[in-house]
Amino acid sequence: MQDNQYAILRKEHFSSLISTLSKLHKLAAPVFKGYNNYAFEEVRSGEEIALNYIPTILPPKKFFMPVHETLLEYEIGKGRNAKAVIEYEEMLLFGVHTCDIAGIQCLNMVFSEHPQDQNYLIHKQNIKIIGLECNEYCDEFANCRLMNTHLPDGGYDLFFTDLGDYFIVHINTQAGEEIIESAGFFKSAEISHLNELASFREKKKTLFKNELPVDLDLIPDLFDRSFESKVWEDLDERCLACGNCTNVCPTCYCFDIRDEINLYLTEGKRYRVWDSCQLEPFAKVAGGKNFRKMRKERQRHRYYRKFRYPIERFSRFFCTGCGRCSRSCMAGIRLKETLKSLIGTKEEAKA
Amino acid sequence: MVMKKIILKDSAYSIKKGNILSIKQLTENEKLFEIALEGGERFDNEPGQFVMVSVFGAGEIPISVSSSPTNNGYFDICVRAAGKVTNALHKLEAGDVIGIRGPFGKGFPIRMLEGNDLLIIACGLGLAPLRSLIRYVFDNRKDFGKINILFGCRSPENILFPDEINDWKKRNDVYFESTVDCGTPDWKGRVGLITTLIPGVHIEPDRTFVALVGPPAVYIPVIKELLSRNVPERHILISLERHMKCGVGKCGHCQIQNLYCCRDGPVFNYEEIKHLKEAF
Repeated sequence: MQDNQYAILRKEHFSSLISTLSKLHKLAAPVFKGYNNYAFEEVRSGEEIALNYIPTILPPKKFFMPVHETLLEYEIGKGRNAKAVIEYEEMLLFGVHTCDIAGIQCLNMVFSEHPQDQNYLIHKQNIKIIGLECNEYCDEFANCRLMNTHLPDGGYDLFFTDLGDYFIVHINTQAGEEIIESAGFFKSAEISHLNELASFREKKKTLFKNELPVDLDLIPDLFDRSFESKVWEDLDERCLACGNCTNVCPTCYCFDIRDEINLYLTEGKRYRVWDSCQLEPFAKVAGGKNFRKMRKERQRHRYYRKFRYPIERFSRFFCTGCGRCSRSCMAGIRLKETLKSLIGTKEEAKA
Repeated sequence: MVMKKIILKDSAYSIKKGNILSIKQLTENEKLFEIALEGGERFDNEPGQFVMVSVFGAGEIPISVSSSPTNNGYFDICVRAAGKVTNALHKLEAGDVIGIRGPFGKGFPIRMLEGNDLLIIACGLGLAPLRSLIRYVFDNRKDFGKINILFGCRSPENILFPDEINDWKKRNDVYFESTVDCGTPDWKGRVGLITTLIPGVHIEPDRTFVALVGPPAVYIPVIKELLSRNVPERHILISLERHMKCGVGKCGHCQIQNLYCCRDGPVFNYEEIKHLKEAF
């Protein structure tokens, strides 16, 4: 018996598959960048790809919402004509972990909400996603089991799971099936392969355990009671307001809009650039009033944007458990520790 | 595998051309711009909404609309020269072209106000967005009950729209009072905080709605005074200032806890924001 939702790729064909795909599409995948650092970059062969990688420095949001993106071009001279533009390219992302797929799902919701953001949505339409399952924890910073992002839950075209000497591949979309057909190398999955996948997932349950002594369902309630918690005071003293945590977050999407003119002073362009709510001027208005002046207010805002505010608007958490904010914090602010402290102090914290 | 570039017809960031019909110097730092969209396109705003204004080469900023939708063919924005874009705007002349996106946000809930008394409290530049409500109300005067307008600003030379204020004073169908924080030798009016004007207003709490706009510092004392007069919390309508960058609920700059000022506001009733610690 065969299952046409699943295919098999023997590992000896992996390299040929990547070479073939990279000829058909621009292909980006995790690449080792030295001391425990990885980045999604364009690759042309399987050897370049780090199959066993911890979350990349920047999440794949950089392809969906480029760090610097032109939104509008205009004339400064007589005509003053302006046109909204987008620059994009078709591409294939290989090796996206389930936490980062969850991050893309969050961004999809934000930018599809009316009024839609055409720039984001056009990037999205042109990027195909091939996921890759984590067989074990990346490191001690992850909290993907708490967030339930350790298992695949849609949001990809194809999804690879490493089962030893072969990958079992879930075909989730028509586009995914076309990749399989155009590339070759794949075989249909047999029932024995599916059984192996099922037992792998069963084993995974024992490997991935809730990283925190709290049920996910109780987190919104925890945050409802934690607005005035002393935990934010502690973060106030430690945070350097560098903005690393938001830059590396797969679901942080705040941006600034700026104008730039050419040296002839004839044409201008308006672009968006990643911004961070952790930076001091972010919530400042013209008279100089700053609505989140203190670092504790800005850190608190970041945590509420992950664990409380999106629950009402999008019915989901905006933390994917990837651990990047903790990994990149120069002051050693660790998300799991912050949550633990909130759990520990919830009784005394009254909103 | 190559970068493609296309023009978007339905981008949220597209701008329309706005022709500056006239510019009026209101005070030393504030000017009023009368703007018409190119091609005679109708500009349909709710009082209290804002537009994103582009000065070509300088940038884009949020500015509240100062005119009533009952205007035909043009709208007004009142701008204080404060930063890069507003200073660039002040250098423009009648006949120049700017870019317009919007109007955006939720303005004053006119349908809810109809048939009720209004207490409009404007402090300083807060008169700019409230002028849009005031003019709307005067153009539809019979749809409203008693109208009270209280205005306060720093000193007599900061008074915006002095000619219009004189007209309001002369009208029989409106109660108008004003005060300044610091008088000048020739100032004959009141001197004192805006809160000192509230006891002079006859308020029937159940049928009075308050529209309050001013700098953040005035909100708490004014609201306290209104609550002591038994005005229901949801009858107190406040416009909050934030520096919107996108205007469409994405960029995060105007976020107040779980609300986006650009989309859920800028006009809120006190009941819906009183629990928000970062509101004022």
